Amino acid sequence: MSKNFEQKDRVVIRFAGDSGDGMQLTGTRFTETSALFGNDLATLPDFPAEIRAPAGSLAGVSAFQLQFSSQDIHTPGDEPDVLIAMNPAALKVHLEDLPKGGYLIVNENAFTKKNLKFAGYEENPLEDGSLDSYSLFSIKMSEMVKHSCEGLDLTPKLVDRTKNFFALGVCFWMFDRPLDPTIKFLEKKFGKRPELVEANTKALNAGFNYGETAEIFTTRFKVDKAELPPGKYRNVTGNLATCIGLAAAAEKSDIPLFYGGYPITPASDILHQLAAWRNFGIKTFQAEDEIAGIASAIGAAFAGNLAVTASSGPGIALKGEALGLAVIAELPLVIVNVQRGGPSTGLPTKTEQSDLFQAMYGRNGDAPIPIIAAQTPGDCFYAAYEASMIAVKYRTPVILLTDGYLANGSEPWKIPDVDSLETFSANYMKNSNGDSFQPYERDKETLARPWAIPGTPELEHRIGGLEKEDITGNVSYDPVNHHTMTVMRAEKTANIVKHIPDTPVYGESGGDLLILTWGGTYGAARSAAETLLDDSMKIGHCHLRWVNPLPKDLGEILIKFKNILIPEINYGQLIKMIRAEYLVDAKGLNLVRGRPYSAGEIVHAAKELV
Amino acid sequence: MAEEQKTAPVQTRKDYTSDQGVRWCPGCGDYAILAQTQKTFPTFGRKKEDFVFISGIGCSSRFPYYMDTYGFHTIHGRATAIASGVKLANPDLSVWVVTGDGDGLSIGGNHTIHLMRRNMDINILLFNNRIYGLTKGQYSPTSELGKVTKSTPMGSLDRPFNPPALALGADSTFVARTLDRETKHLQSMISRCYEHKGGTFLEIYQNCNIFNDGAFFKYTEKDTKAQSVLWLENGQPMMFGAEKEFGIRLNGNVPEVIEIGDKWTPDDVLVHDETDFVLASMLASFTSNDDFPEPIGVLYSVDAPSYDEMLIDQIDGATEKMGKGELDSLLNAGDTWVVE
Ligand SMILES: Cc1ncc(C[n+]2csc(CCOP(=O)(O)OP(=O)(O)O)c2C)c(N)n1
Ligand code: SF4
Ligand SMILES: [Mg+2]
Repeated sequence: MSKNFEQKDRVVIRFAGDSGDGMQLTGTRFTETSALFGNDLATLPDFPAEIRAPAGSLAGVSAFQLQFSSQDIHTPGDEPDVLIAMNPAALKVHLEDLPKGGYLIVNENAFTKKNLKFAGYEENPLEDGSLDSYSLFSIKMSEMVKHSCEGLDLTPKLVDRTKNFFALGVCFWMFDRPLDPTIKFLEKKFGKRPELVEANTKALNAGFNYGETAEIFTTRFKVDKAELPPGKYRNVTGNLATCIGLAAAAEKSDIPLFYGGYPITPASDILHQLAAWRNFGIKTFQAEDEIAGIASAIGAAFAGNLAVTASSGPGIALKGEALGLAVIAELPLVIVNVQRGGPSTGLPTKTEQSDLFQAMYGRNGDAPIPIIAAQTPGDCFYAAYEASMIAVKYRTPVILLTDGYLANGSEPWKIPDVDSLETFSANYMKNSNGDSFQPYERDKETLARPWAIPGTPELEHRIGGLEKEDITGNVSYDPVNHHTMTVMRAEKTANIVKHIPDTPVYGESGGDLLILTWGGTYGAARSAAETLLDDSMKIGHCHLRWVNPLPKDLGEILIKFKNILIPEINYGQLIKMIRAEYLVDAKGLNLVRGRPYSAGEIVHAAKELV
Repeated sequence: MAEEQKTAPVQTRKDYTSDQGVRWCPGCGDYAILAQTQKTFPTFGRKKEDFVFISGIGCSSRFPYYMDTYGFHTIHGRATAIASGVKLANPDLSVWVVTGDGDGLSIGGNHTIHLMRRNMDINILLFNNRIYGLTKGQYSPTSELGKVTKSTPMGSLDRPFNPPALALGADSTFVARTLDRETKHLQSMISRCYEHKGGTFLEIYQNCNIFNDGAFFKYTEKDTKAQSVLWLENGQPMMFGAEKEFGIRLNGNVPEVIEIGDKWTPDDVLVHDETDFVLASMLASFTSNDDFPEPIGVLYSVDAPSYDEMLIDQIDGATEKMGKGELDSLLNAGDTWVVE
């Protein structure tokens, strides 16, 4: 039967199944293949907090969504065009997002009485007509892989576990993707167990061939390569990009990298990744707790390393007191907060932007810290690099905010040219020129104090958490000195504004509405802005990378718009800072659901406002 | 650490004395510890810039300000963790932690045990005055049960830590105890810490004459000292008393005090072996135990690879195996493709 190719600009596909069904792996494989093919893309992994909730339960559903496109895109997409549901629970959780007429591919064999009951279905939805308004493809995947793996020396359980590769094969056929990269990947992953390579490869092929020969599909889709700027690309998640950014900063500045931290979702991958790079001389230290994580980093900074700690909200809370020490000691330090849903343990695997206030104000005393927020997975590289550079140049702790969505999401990333990265160096103090050394004497331009590291002759000195006397760094309880130093610390942070380039405004530079965003909300807001501009609305989109200090031209930008909309995944944080700083009547969009905004939601909020 | 020794010009106590006025109460035991440290360090023949003192918060933690070395007076309880970062960043440094019984065993107890467990090559000096000095006299985790202080007007209800037992339990490779008033012994213990390769834990009984005066007089005053202290010496029988008339003997596996005379001879007395963990644990159990003398000296000392040393080995091994990491290959790792 001849199958037509239908051309599409963009497709959103969502893989959903039980946590044991390998949906993250399936989604990642589709992502990597599409990236290699040349599409632009964005992903949204969404997994439960439990490692293995009971099989077949609603709590155990794990999903992975990606949008791939022949155009420049910014989000993992709003509604899926294709939903793969590997069991009734996955169908139950995700069907509401599938628009009528959408493609629905299910593993029919998983729709057993037991699983249906577990998911809360009275009747089998595959049989009762309730799915009639979708393009349903009900495939006996478990049975198919049983056939394809016949003769292999594998337990039935292991055979059944290849069904995600069958589903992947069907999708590869549907979107005309090559199987080769995945087969290579299987060989690498299961190299020591050839029977697993064979079984999964057979399942993958079986899925592909099923699409080709079964009489049920009538159409295939073509999504052409995207017109991305020329260059060499790879696919990166935000956490990986953060690690590369840190390593790049260390290499470029020739300052050894030290990482002290304690495992926490969704920041642990930073520790995992850096720990694998020992041959770069990178030192990682899994400390006994979060406090020891940052404390060891402060010690390493004192001793002359580019010191980093990373965590998520609860861990950052524990680090609060030590952050204050880094502020008063004026040592370079990078603190990464991969934000997740809070308060308390909150939603460990879900994304949120609710730690901005914590980053701004979560310390005792007047303890300002510069804050940079990454805007896309790939931008985590640049944000981490910049955070490191500012920390070293200005001798200050810098907080880098990312979030679960950026950290685990991925996008094609144009590999930067090493030479194009701005250089910086430690400029360790070498000697005291015969005078007595003044640990708190400052550089006129940056207000940074000298970095005199242990081991350097004649620069022996003491620092600490007690208020420092200006210039000498001796302990001082003098009231006037304390005021001077408080102002100095505030000015030192404010002074970093020099480094921040003018803020680009996308769309109109003045008009009815400005959408103002920070962090991971960038993508949805930019897509929304594109839509609104297509509708000939007079709007602009302005995105902040540095949140503290705020860019010097922001005030002038704000007054050029009649309305300001600030979408953020919290109950109103940047909005309060903007209102306080610029006395403007900004409006918020504050849906706190543990997931990124869809572009449609921001479009809607914008239209309501204007 | 001994192998790291570097030649330096002859130093004196003055080289280790900073220009900052010392602010402890007159008569505080901390003065003696500072003085002996400043006297001992010049004997190491090490360059001054290689020493780093890290402290937490407490009276004792003011110590780094008075030593003319690199120093960092940090936050309450975290000195051990901060010191770990210093040592890992630059293993060539000789890193010393000064901490109090509250700082190191209460708020920072977790970091202290983990530092010892890892055998990080850092020297911990625990100034134990069995009280919170800086906050003006609350009981501490080493105060005796029933102690009456401002925060325990009817007597404390918690049983105290036994620091050497805690250190042994945490697998420290060097556990010792000394007294602020025993200048020569204090010096020799500081030297032993310096010489030990790997982490060291030295508990120093320190008199707080303001809030806990006389806590250790039994072990320091003339009339009680001889029969109350067991001076430990490796390879020597465990004897004490003004005339060394008492000894420690094992009765089965139970220690007991014996009097040398008709019944017992010096041959019956246990001989100290610093490498014997069981012996060390037994000695630790004598702490504040009225049936036994207080063990002072090196309880335990064994060699084991240190964390910092193993980290460097791992880096060297990985570099040899995978080649020195290049930024370009890191950026270009994984599947890549080119857009024309
Ligand atoms: C986070 C924090 N909690 C409490 C304190 C108050 N504080 C300072 S020192 C101290 C106890 C000090 O006792 P110890 O460590 O035994 O030192 P000492 O003064 O006896 O030498 C306390 C509770 C503090 N500085 N920081
Ligand atoms: S309070 Fe006690 S420990 Fe503190 S300085 Fe005074 S005497 Fe020393
Ligand atoms: Mg104390």
